Amino acid sequence: MKVELKGLTKKYPSRNKNEKKDVVAVSNFDYTIPDGALVGLLGPSGCGKSTMLNMISGLQKPTEGRIFFGDTDVTDISPENRGVGLVFQNYALYPHLTARQNILFPLQNLKGKDKLSKEAMEEKMHEAAKLVQIERYLDRKPSELSGGQQQRVAIARALVKTPKVLLLDEPLSNLDARLRLQTREEIRRIQRETKVTTVFVTHDQDEAMSISDYIVVMKEGVIQQTGKPQDVYDSPANLFVAKFLGIPPINVFDGEVKDGKIYIGNDPVLNVKNVKEGKVYVTVRPEGFIPSADGALKCGLKSLEIMGRDVSIISENPASLSESIRSIVDADIKLDPALSEVRFNIKPHKLFIFDAETEERIYFETV
Amino acid sequence: MERKSKKAWLYLLPSLLFLAAFMVYPLIDVFIYSVEEGYNSASQSFFGYGLYNFSYVLHDPYFIQAVKNTMILVVITVPLSTGFALLISLGLSSIKKLRDLFQTIYFLPYVTNTLAVGLVFMLLFKQTQQSPGLVNIFLGLFGIDPVNFLEGPYWAKMFVLCFYTIWVVLPFKILILTSALASVNQDYYNAAKLDGTSKFRTFTRITLPMISPMIFYLIVTGSIGAFKAYSDAVALFTTDLNAAGMNTIVGYVYDMLYGNSGGYPSYASAAALILFVIVLTITCINLLISKKISI
Repeated sequence: MKVELKGLTKKYPSRNKNEKKDVVAVSNFDYTIPDGALVGLLGPSGCGKSTMLNMISGLQKPTEGRIFFGDTDVTDISPENRGVGLVFQNYALYPHLTARQNILFPLQNLKGKDKLSKEAMEEKMHEAAKLVQIERYLDRKPSELSGGQQQRVAIARALVKTPKVLLLDEPLSNLDARLRLQTREEIRRIQRETKVTTVFVTHDQDEAMSISDYIVVMKEGVIQQTGKPQDVYDSPANLFVAKFLGIPPINVFDGEVKDGKIYIGNDPVLNVKNVKEGKVYVTVRPEGFIPSADGALKCGLKSLEIMGRDVSIISENPASLSESIRSIVDADIKLDPALSEVRFNIKPHKLFIFDAETEERIYFETV
Repeated sequence: MERKSKKAWLYLLPSLLFLAAFMVYPLIDVFIYSVEEGYNSASQSFFGYGLYNFSYVLHDPYFIQAVKNTMILVVITVPLSTGFALLISLGLSSIKKLRDLFQTIYFLPYVTNTLAVGLVFMLLFKQTQQSPGLVNIFLGLFGIDPVNFLEGPYWAKMFVLCFYTIWVVLPFKILILTSALASVNQDYYNAAKLDGTSKFRTFTRITLPMISPMIFYLIVTGSIGAFKAYSDAVALFTTDLNAAGMNTIVGYVYDMLYGNSGGYPSYASAAALILFVIVLTITCINLLISKKISI
């Protein structure tokens, strides 16, 4: 089911009584989620992504804008009639019911022509349990299940009514690091098998990048950029997106475009053309540095972190906005840790410049 | 370790002394009194040890009446007051406007003096030469004959006593249940809402199980409280409860000690021990049931 979000805005009355202005949680959100896609809503806390999820589920009403599931306008349809499954951040499994009873719960609510026989309910329940692989634990209560198992039960409960749209709120935030890797593959697999249109919310860019077909990066209720994860990573639209995506984070420098060259501090690092001159932020991905004896960018070497597969070079430069610059290079490149200076050439496609005032991307052509 | 535990005992000493003097010693004393036959408080003498006191109390029609009254009070007021408190708490937690006002109103009986409340109930129920009482005036509007609530038939007096007891214990129960309801995570309700759960099913399958520990707590403490009822009856029917036929077990104990027929600490002790056994049994049953039902 295609989900179309048209001009969604959500305003809350301000809690501060002296402040008359409403708080805008989401502003003019326009996006279409293709049928069967897995979309990650990504942004820092308070960017309005959970509000978005609640509006799609119907738990909250948008102040403005419309929501369509397929061709049906569901904006005024109550949550139970929309056909959405929601997995809560804390799973919200009923603690006094077993996993089996939890999964059966939504089916037992069906009334009238949708009412199912006992056998049909059992069958559907087993189907859902099999999909998320928790058949062995069906008779346990949530308190007797691990975090990962609880989440599977929660997903089964959300899927058992075969929803048109599956919504996941911070699905991995309550799991430990190892389980997180495993569970995100699991979510991907379940989504592929059921082909249900899925939206999930996260503040963890790694999580969003790794399993989404598309990501939507949000900041303060406004969409910053949408697209395939790799495309957004390779071509961020503004400084916020560039800084938000990528681990380790992108390196940001004060710089300038002058005489057809991009400068980091006083070092000309790239020859360009057709660019407006002026102050800019120059950003370079950690993998965009090539150590070279005659490199254009001169940095003070602080330390080396050898990780086996690759090496992180920690260096410093007065133009850098953070204390140290982290660059990741292949472990084959040998560097003497006793050196005081390291010089880099920059890979042009790993370098982005942003207007110093608007922080918007400035595109350039290399010479 | 030694020193530490010595220090701990030192800190506990004051309260232990008080407990020993005012709790443990009287408890033992009650037990001894209850088996001393023919105890005379003037000469401090008695004939011998035995269970005669228990036999006397159990055959005393006033005691039988007191047990009957107390039992009726427990059986009627505990479930009803808990049920009403639950309904009112549900109402309170589903309204937004005037919630604080209503909460205050419902809490008022808790901070009002028992005897002052008794006076109000007199106005409501007592028939005087000037007025048949507010409730009778109200009943008269529907053409119902006036009932002498405070000095009339047994059921009328019992009705007033139960009504009064429920009204007095409601505030505390409402307080506990509203906070129990507020502590249920909103996500459960959201999940139920998304699944299209009806209001009734949400209540029976989600709300009730979630707050059931609190409900059982209220039933257990409420039963104990109702078994110990005394002042409520005094507030309504004055101190001569036997004459009114509205005595309670604690009232009987008091009468045996200090009342008109008083001066019999042995009978009073025996009655108190019987009350203790009843309360203990009921509480154990309550706890057993609550363990079976709750998570």
